[in-house]
Amino acid sequence: MSESPEATLPKDESVLVAEAKAGNYAAFDELVNRYEKKIYRLGLHITGNQEDAEDVLQEAFLKAFQHLPDFREDSRFYTWIVRIAVNEGLMKLRKRRSSKEVALDDPEDDEGEVMPREFADWNPNPEQQLARAELESILMKAVAGLPPTFRTVFYLRDVEGLSTEETAEMLNLSVGAVKARLFRARLRLREDLSRIFKRG
Amino acid sequence: MNCRKAINEISNYLDGDLDAELRETIQVHLDKCHHCHAVFDTTRKTIELYCDGKLFELPTDVRLRLHEALRRKLCSTPR
Repeated sequence: MSESPEATLPKDESVLVAEAKAGNYAAFDELVNRYEKKIYRLGLHITGNQEDAEDVLQEAFLKAFQHLPDFREDSRFYTWIVRIAVNEGLMKLRKRRSSKEVALDDPEDDEGEVMPREFADWNPNPEQQLARAELESILMKAVAGLPPTFRTVFYLRDVEGLSTEETAEMLNLSVGAVKARLFRARLRLREDLSRIFKRG
Repeated sequence: MNCRKAINEISNYLDGDLDAELRETIQVHLDKCHHCHAVFDTTRKTIELYCDGKLFELPTDVRLRLHEALRRKLCSTPR
């Protein structure tokens, strides 16, 4: 009953890219299937809402499809699609800024000392105490309360797992600016979540 | 080491981005300061919550619209 390893092993990303470039749509579709969930999450974290996250998801893959012949493969396809999606997300935020809905990077957010006010331990395993939708709502509300570049840095460093240097390069920030924003983003998220999850 | 200095190094501590001596100094502080210990612990937990791969699933309707948009693009692209 056992299948041959060739039949079950997922194809290497570079093979899928080569096949997609040669006009095999099924190969491109496989790349989409592989990364669509992560790109949607990225969109959610950068824009802070589901509608814009869907736009980011669609625009990122449509652009990748359109520009695939220009993709030089000096990075992984996944890194390339993340970069496209980050740019789409930031563009969304700039549009919101120009429509005066949000301020992008209030300078005050970069200054002053960040000291915690909540010092209590949390209830153990809050993720097991809440329904998934409720937990997602709490986490998204906290992220949406951060300045846009803070949440972008937080997502790329802590969720996506990029290095400080890769994050700096992708966002055109200095390494020091990435570190400072990550520090503030982590403490602010913790502060918000502590009000909900603290033991007591 | 006081609380303010410890908190200012929390990111570097969590990222393993400290020299051994400073790391040890912070560890000694955390062992005796319950407030800072709680802050460090819950910051780590905050990051873990956001990294939970079971959260933020792609809704089926959003996925269908993505694939439909890609098919439309494919049909309109000259080959």
